[in-house]
Amino acid sequence: MDLSLIIMQLLSGIALGAVLVITALGLTIVFGMLGVVNFAHGALFMIGAYAGLYLASLTGSFWWGLLLAPILIGAFGMLIEFVLIRRLYGRSIDDPLLLTFGLSYILVEGVRIVFGSDGIPFPTPPQLIGVLDLGIGFFPRYRLFVIVLVAVVLLALWLALEKTRIGLIVRAGARDPVIMQVLGVDIGRVWLAIFGLGVGLAALGGVLAGPMRSVNPEMGSLVLAEAFVVTVIGGLGSIVGAVVAGLMVGISISLVALFAPEMATIVMFALMAVVLLIRPQGLFGVRGRTA
Amino acid sequence: MTSPPSGEVIAKPAPGGFGRVLDHRVLLSIAVLAVLPWLLPSKALAVNVLIYGVVVMGYNLLFGYTGLLSFGQAAFFGAGAYFTGIAIGRYGVPWFAAVAIAVGLSTCLAAVIGVISTRTRGIYFSMVTLALAQLVYYVALQAASFTGGENGLRGFTVDRISLFGLQVNFLDPVNKYYVLMVLAALAMWFQSRILNSPFGAVIEAIRENEQRARACGYDVERSKLVVFMLSGAISSLGGCMLALHLSIVPLDILHYQTSGMIVMMVLLGGARSFFGPFVGAASFLILEDVISLWTPHWQIFVGAIFVLFVLFLPKGIWGTLLDVIGIGKARP
Repeated sequence: MDLSLIIMQLLSGIALGAVLVITALGLTIVFGMLGVVNFAHGALFMIGAYAGLYLASLTGSFWWGLLLAPILIGAFGMLIEFVLIRRLYGRSIDDPLLLTFGLSYILVEGVRIVFGSDGIPFPTPPQLIGVLDLGIGFFPRYRLFVIVLVAVVLLALWLALEKTRIGLIVRAGARDPVIMQVLGVDIGRVWLAIFGLGVGLAALGGVLAGPMRSVNPEMGSLVLAEAFVVTVIGGLGSIVGAVVAGLMVGISISLVALFAPEMATIVMFALMAVVLLIRPQGLFGVRGRTA
Repeated sequence: MTSPPSGEVIAKPAPGGFGRVLDHRVLLSIAVLAVLPWLLPSKALAVNVLIYGVVVMGYNLLFGYTGLLSFGQAAFFGAGAYFTGIAIGRYGVPWFAAVAIAVGLSTCLAAVIGVISTRTRGIYFSMVTLALAQLVYYVALQAASFTGGENGLRGFTVDRISLFGLQVNFLDPVNKYYVLMVLAALAMWFQSRILNSPFGAVIEAIRENEQRARACGYDVERSKLVVFMLSGAISSLGGCMLALHLSIVPLDILHYQTSGMIVMMVLLGGARSFFGPFVGAASFLILEDVISLWTPHWQIFVGAIFVLFVLFLPKGIWGTLLDVIGIGKARP
């Protein structure tokens, strides 16, 4: 086992983790701001992948799919918030979770009706087919692109949250929605936008994952469990936590796959169990926000 | 997150003597279940109602009475089924011993998962139980030499059962139903006993106001762990019943979709009521049965109905019914 192989596998892990980061980020942002855990997040990830595939074949270009699918599905997410989730604010924290669980049934079955139950291959965009020589080994261009794109999206999100006026409102709204209303901010609109953003990120994760996995109606259920593990490890509501934990999970899956392939699906859960035993609130979670 | 304390008094009359143990709600429930095979269109459906009823009833202890929304109950349902199948098929253990072993081992599994998951609270608990149950799923998938992996566990069949000295032909659906009903009745008695005990009052106190229960001197963490194990034990008995009934154990039983189905059933029927889980299991299974007659996409309707229940009927069918006829407060 030489070092370059391990480094290549590490890069694979980062690419895998990057998709997880984007997906888990959507989940954690929505929870941090709205206090809602979206159980349909995995289903929306899957719908994002289908939307990307459909739009790409419609326009003939992967890039349109990558751009439009998150926007369209994000808008769909806003509709979900406006029609369904909004009614549940003020009720038990379990209720939105249960509602979105039912919703995921509808979404998955709806996709089965429209696209069928079988997996569909998602073609890699022609510009990104093939591998790149990194000096120590060959790495798929597409995976490199995923890493770069996710880094750019993360940077943009960070700038938007920390450096803009809207970001300020969002951060303050997460701290104390009542005070924000007193100050004359329509917090309902902020929540609507945040939910849309969270769902849009899930859809972006779906489109990005498309060429790496095949697209099928069940792909979301696996992703949901993975996103949960990432947010629990990182700390629910923590953006830094989602990034660190996502990369950690991605890398450990890849490295374990190298040495003990049959353990690859299990390692992230073991990681989560260990983190919970040491720090129940997650690596970057704040104690007291666990409820 | 604790719900605001309701005005309702949680204290219950202390069980006085052995006679109070068999509360009438158990007998009433057994009476309804005894005539069920003749009310439903098929005996197979009745057996399923019985099995899922027990699983959901165990889950109700956790979700309805203690207020812990777990999304990992499938782990214990599946564990009960797998352990029963392995004990009978691989080691030739008689069926009743297999059931006892399976429930015991599943309770141990519940202890392990419970130790990790009850350290967390609220939404976290739901996510962690889901993830840990998925871990069990993947372990069963990988340990194919024991569990049959993706094909499910096969190669054990229970065709004759001796019960209280009687030889019963277990292939006959009516016999099968009544044998399994004995197990279900045991589970109901056990659950009723738990709910009537001081411990039953403690778990409801934890649901109503965790901090207050702690302030009253109750060990909240330990009570949660104990109730998690009891709930797992009862649900695993449902798994044993499924294994005896089907003679195979499908891998899907461990998937979190099954956990979700259990959650749906308890909400449809009515969490926090004794008979609600059976009503929920029956309505879910009948719905599935009826809708799948004319479309393979029955899940879209089940999902929609579930969403409507969460929005407009959070107490479920049975819970709402009890409220309407005015005995909801007494929670029979």
